[in-house]
Amino acid sequence: MSDVHAPEAKGLVNRAKRWIFTTNHKDIGTLYLLFSLLMFFVGGVMALIIRAELFTPGQTLVNPEFFNQMTTMHGLIMIFGFMMPAFVGLANWMLPLMIGAPDMALPRMNNWSFWILPFAFTLLGSTLFMSGPAPDFGWTFYAPLSTAYGPKSTDYMIFSIHLMGISSIMGAINIIVTIFNMRAPGMPMMKMPLFVWNWLITAFLLLAVMPVLAGTVTMMLTDRHFGTSFFNAAGGGDPLLFQHLFWFFGHPEVYILALPAFGVISQIIPAFSRKKIFGYRFMVYATISIALLSFLVWAHHMFVAGVNLQAELFFMYATMIIAVPTGVKVFNWVTTIFRGSISFETPMLFAIAFIVLFTIGGFTGIMLAIAPADYQYHDTYFVVAHFHYVLVLGVVFGLFAAIYYWLPKWTGRMYNETLGKWHFWLSAISVNVTFFPMHFLGLAGMPRRIPDYALQFADFNRIASIGAFTFGIAQLILVYIIIRAMRGRGPVAPAKPWDGAEGLEWTLSSPPPYHSFATPPEIRYE
Amino acid sequence: MICGKSKKTGLLAGLLSLGLFFFAGQAGAAYDYNMPRGVTPISREIYDLHMIIFWICVAIGVVVFSFLFYSLIKYRKSKGAIAAQFHEHTWVEIIWAIIPFIILVVMAIPATKVLIAMEDTSDSDLSIKITGHQWKWQYEYLDEDINFFSNLSTPKAEINNQQQKNKWYLLQVDKPLVVPIHKKIRLLLTSNDVIHSWWVPELGVKKDAVPGFIQNVWMRIEQPGIYRGQCAELCGQGHGFMPIVVEAKTEEDYNKWLAAQKKGRAEATIQAARAAEKKYTKDELLKMGKQSYDMHCAVCHKADGSGMPPAFPALKNGPISTGAVKGHIEIVLHGKSGTAMQAFSAQLSDEDIAAIVTYEREAWGNKEINAKKNQPIVVQPKDVKELRG
Repeated sequence: MSDVHAPEAKGLVNRAKRWIFTTNHKDIGTLYLLFSLLMFFVGGVMALIIRAELFTPGQTLVNPEFFNQMTTMHGLIMIFGFMMPAFVGLANWMLPLMIGAPDMALPRMNNWSFWILPFAFTLLGSTLFMSGPAPDFGWTFYAPLSTAYGPKSTDYMIFSIHLMGISSIMGAINIIVTIFNMRAPGMPMMKMPLFVWNWLITAFLLLAVMPVLAGTVTMMLTDRHFGTSFFNAAGGGDPLLFQHLFWFFGHPEVYILALPAFGVISQIIPAFSRKKIFGYRFMVYATISIALLSFLVWAHHMFVAGVNLQAELFFMYATMIIAVPTGVKVFNWVTTIFRGSISFETPMLFAIAFIVLFTIGGFTGIMLAIAPADYQYHDTYFVVAHFHYVLVLGVVFGLFAAIYYWLPKWTGRMYNETLGKWHFWLSAISVNVTFFPMHFLGLAGMPRRIPDYALQFADFNRIASIGAFTFGIAQLILVYIIIRAMRGRGPVAPAKPWDGAEGLEWTLSSPPPYHSFATPPEIRYE
Repeated sequence: MICGKSKKTGLLAGLLSLGLFFFAGQAGAAYDYNMPRGVTPISREIYDLHMIIFWICVAIGVVVFSFLFYSLIKYRKSKGAIAAQFHEHTWVEIIWAIIPFIILVVMAIPATKVLIAMEDTSDSDLSIKITGHQWKWQYEYLDEDINFFSNLSTPKAEINNQQQKNKWYLLQVDKPLVVPIHKKIRLLLTSNDVIHSWWVPELGVKKDAVPGFIQNVWMRIEQPGIYRGQCAELCGQGHGFMPIVVEAKTEEDYNKWLAAQKKGRAEATIQAARAAEKKYTKDELLKMGKQSYDMHCAVCHKADGSGMPPAFPALKNGPISTGAVKGHIEIVLHGKSGTAMQAFSAQLSDEDIAAIVTYEREAWGNKEINAKKNQPIVVQPKDVKELRG
């Protein structure tokens, strides 16, 4: 009845058709993951252009205008092109397997939400090849730099963001519907794996804030072309309105990136500690609290932009409170490790690094929440260090952990553990060499997004650039590992390669049949 | 083995960061690693808050990470550790939610006090209006009738690595903001184009300059000296090139400076009036024009007049520089609304503008085109004066 194997396609056209028209969650998950891998390198090369220019003081490689285009594109591509699709890819692959569903609830929409992305990013990337500058106002595209003063190509960015938004919203709807309706009989909400819980909450965040972003860029569009003045004081508008709207999207967006990574860590830590996650219920409550609080803190990005005292106080307190549920999560992870039986395969190494380094990013987050101190930190490299700790050493390490954890399941092949460890140690060391000195740079007074700097900042910038190039090169190991496994090289993976792992995905063969759980699995809880 | 390594790295990283911060906190020349303590009451309170919250984070980090690394080492499977079965404890969860909450409340109290003090701009002794422009600052002493622009003065040759960079590379200006010490100075911030941010770390002041709005901040500087900062909000390609220099003087020196400014201004007015009548030779205009062009125009229109179309049009064979003289002068004087081309009438004298226009009409082969069209190249200050609205 159900096909065990993926359809055999012969010839280029048929093979292309198979991938273009596929409605299979595993295929679409693979497409998302490969797309995000490509974007990781595109955005990474841009980061390296930035770091190369900042290697020494003085204008060396690129002019300031192109530098600004690179910072803008790097941010947009890494957030919308790399991290978000990567975790949607994980969701596509793993959610049905983890809840015992045959596929996502809305498979055709699933196909569409992926295939929008290549067009969205072609639209965005094409601006680099136009006459006149590509978007050059930072990934936050503050008005009026992006409206009255934005280059012509800004309109392409606006439509590209509309497309990404449509894709994300459809993805989010699909995830919510799947989780609510397609769990195997006998799996109540409070028995769902934490990765599933975290994705459910993330999907609601997406659903709530992506329309706000779409509205914001539409207002930009009408300000630019149809004579409105939403963000223009001369016409009765307010440039700060843009920032309020943007960060009402932007802050939950941070958790859209972080929560699925939290979910991954909550799967991996118990697996390699051979012990159940500590405080499952409180992990769920903490995630829900973080998600709700994330709607109440947006103006902490705007302390120096001109919000009044009462608002500053409210947003300072609300932001500080986020430390409580986040702390609960960290304490629960650590307590899961406590008195476990721990082994250190590559996924676990990345997960441990995640806990330590994400927590460091959390500490600087609390420092930034203290509004008076934020007056000094704001828009400096201290902030750059903070959010790269959270996003690269946190979210991206969570993603790497997930890739090593589930790659045997996806491909049916084990990766080479030695290579995996090389990848881990090179990444973990170089990424700290890159971003740790940025704390010092920011505190010493280096603003972010400058293409050239005063001489006192030269040493740390040089160190950061060396770290960045090492990190970039180390990622080639990951590509090699992935390609090798996809081409069927390496030892065959058993159904459950990790002895401590739990969950329905490990009851299937590696790789799982093309159509899995056509009949719902039987679920037993001890 | 691995776990030994991870512990070592973690400890090393921790010690390294601790050591650096400690060094920074103790040593006088702390500027390179840590936030400067600064020279205003607010900047010191900010610094103290920063250090308290930093040490709290370090303490929490030490506890949590010690527990983590202890567990990682003690309960290794390779050493035969067998996993325990516990996985829940409601009271533990509640306790480790409440303790951080209490720490946060303790932290929030001093933070609130400082914040309230920062926002209190009442009873100021003098007010200075600061306007951000792409890419320079304008200072207007509201009680003194003093008004000037402050431009980056680092030579282009240093930026382009053709010349040794000086100590204050990118942190020096032609005319610094001069203020008295021990006075409560209210700063009114606004912008002429996009959002900028006026930041001097040692004064503990950072505030966005938002076009169409005026924001208040204040400072009371306690030590004479020169304090440097930069624009902190991305404002276009010159964002890294609009530094801030504040010179704090004793009241006596400040009054001397005020007097000199007023005298200088009176003289400059007479001189300008004289200059406006003066006829310059073409060579004089071209020489002055090239200098002013490189300082004010070349950021966008480039030293070779090629610009960066379409945002910054080329002047080489451009419609303005090879068009009618009147239109050319007017666009320099009044700018072009809705574009990055700003009005220079308040920043540049008649002779400067005359020199720039002459230079633009002569250089890069425009001379031949203008000659062919039978249009004048040389513009005198008088021509500019007539077109000032």
